[in-house]
Amino acid sequence: MTARVVLPGLLRDLADGAAELPVELSAQAPLGDVLDLAFGPWPILASRVRDERGEIRRHVNVFVDGEDAKRAHGVQTAVTPNSTVHVINAVSGG
Amino acid sequence: MGETVVGIGTRKGLWLARSQDRKSWQLEGPHFLMSEVLSLLFDTRSDPTRLLVGFRSSHWGPSLQHSDDLGATWVEHPDGSIRFPEDTDTALKATWQLVADPHDPSVVWAGTEPQGLWRSADRGETFELNRGLWEHPHRPQWGEGFGGGAIHTVLPSPVDANSMLVAMSTGGVYNTRDGGESWNPGNTGIHAYFQPHDEWPEFGQCVHKVVRDSGTPTRLYAQNHRGVYRSDDDGVTWTSIEAGLPTNFGMTALAHPSRGDTMWLVPIASDGERIPPAAELQVQRTDDAGATWRTQHEGLPSPSYTNVLRDAAGLDNHPDEPGLYLGTRNGEVYASLDGGDSFERIVQQLPDVLCVRAVTLP
Repeated sequence: MTARVVLPGLLRDLADGAAELPVELSAQAPLGDVLDLAFGPWPILASRVRDERGEIRRHVNVFVDGEDAKRAHGVQTAVTPNSTVHVINAVSGG
Repeated sequence: MGETVVGIGTRKGLWLARSQDRKSWQLEGPHFLMSEVLSLLFDTRSDPTRLLVGFRSSHWGPSLQHSDDLGATWVEHPDGSIRFPEDTDTALKATWQLVADPHDPSVVWAGTEPQGLWRSADRGETFELNRGLWEHPHRPQWGEGFGGGAIHTVLPSPVDANSMLVAMSTGGVYNTRDGGESWNPGNTGIHAYFQPHDEWPEFGQCVHKVVRDSGTPTRLYAQNHRGVYRSDDDGVTWTSIEAGLPTNFGMTALAHPSRGDTMWLVPIASDGERIPPAAELQVQRTDDAGATWRTQHEGLPSPSYTNVLRDAAGLDNHPDEPGLYLGTRNGEVYASLDGGDSFERIVQQLPDVLCVRAVTLP
């Protein structure tokens, strides 16, 4: 089964233009592991979304099947083999 | 001489002002749009000149990139140039300072938020954390100014490769004499009025910027939060040189690159009134190591209610007379080709300026 990690337009250049990254999963997995798999070939992309401790950056939101992972269990939030993960820049800035 | 390039780091990106004669300027940019550009280095120690840029996006975090063609193309190290080691359980917030080592042309120093000092041996592509300073027992007691807890001043000694000064707000000045293995506070004589139980602490002073005299390398000048000081013992003890200045507050300081005892400050009315003294944007210049000061304001706006931040002032290396550049919080850049006696506005309508560095190419 394939989960999908959907990227915002601003980050797609860092993944050779891909709008979404497929992740093959045989079972449920924590979000952190799914992002590691999705971003594996693109460490710069990975660093835009998470800091060197693995934490999702403050003004980046990651939704797992429509649920904000920061309000769930952060990088431990469960991702199923059918899940869609959206990476979105938060509504902030000036 | 060839082209002069002024790097203008702003709250929302980097612009480059380029000129053949330092009179007419062409503005290029933005690079890194919507990122705060806090640190710049034109590294002229090899050909071509390398431009290093430290910036951060409020969304996507910090980054450090370099260009060997003055901004036509940029290179970002895939693993990140500056990454806190795993055992520190710390994430980089921003790079506040990039400095060329005077002894080794491949070495670049960086100062970061949180308060880290970093050494690169590959011209700024990858950096290693200085453990001596990171593990200093004072570190848990260092505070944070409004800008965050950052090392904003890195001054390697030009005569002793084992000696260096760093400064932060609010931690103060620290020195090493053994190549970074050990560090000692160097704040004796600097007043910290905001510490009511000990106004003369060993550390915790709010230094805003330190610069090194070009004629006497063991002479330093510090612009502090309410205080202007000189050290004649390489940053260990300090004496006030604020007599004759309109105010003792300000953010930035510049030392003349080749004329000893000459430096500039940009005064601010006070910490409670962060506008120019008497609403007159001005520079204060000394030619006698702070014994006397004179006001320079020709060509600067008045009245003015803007400011010059700690790294928003820079000098080029033109051999005739170094160009002096000031960037303001309302997005203007002023240039002086006569040591501050007169200024001309060369850029306007940018976002607020955080960092200005300049170079005159051969």
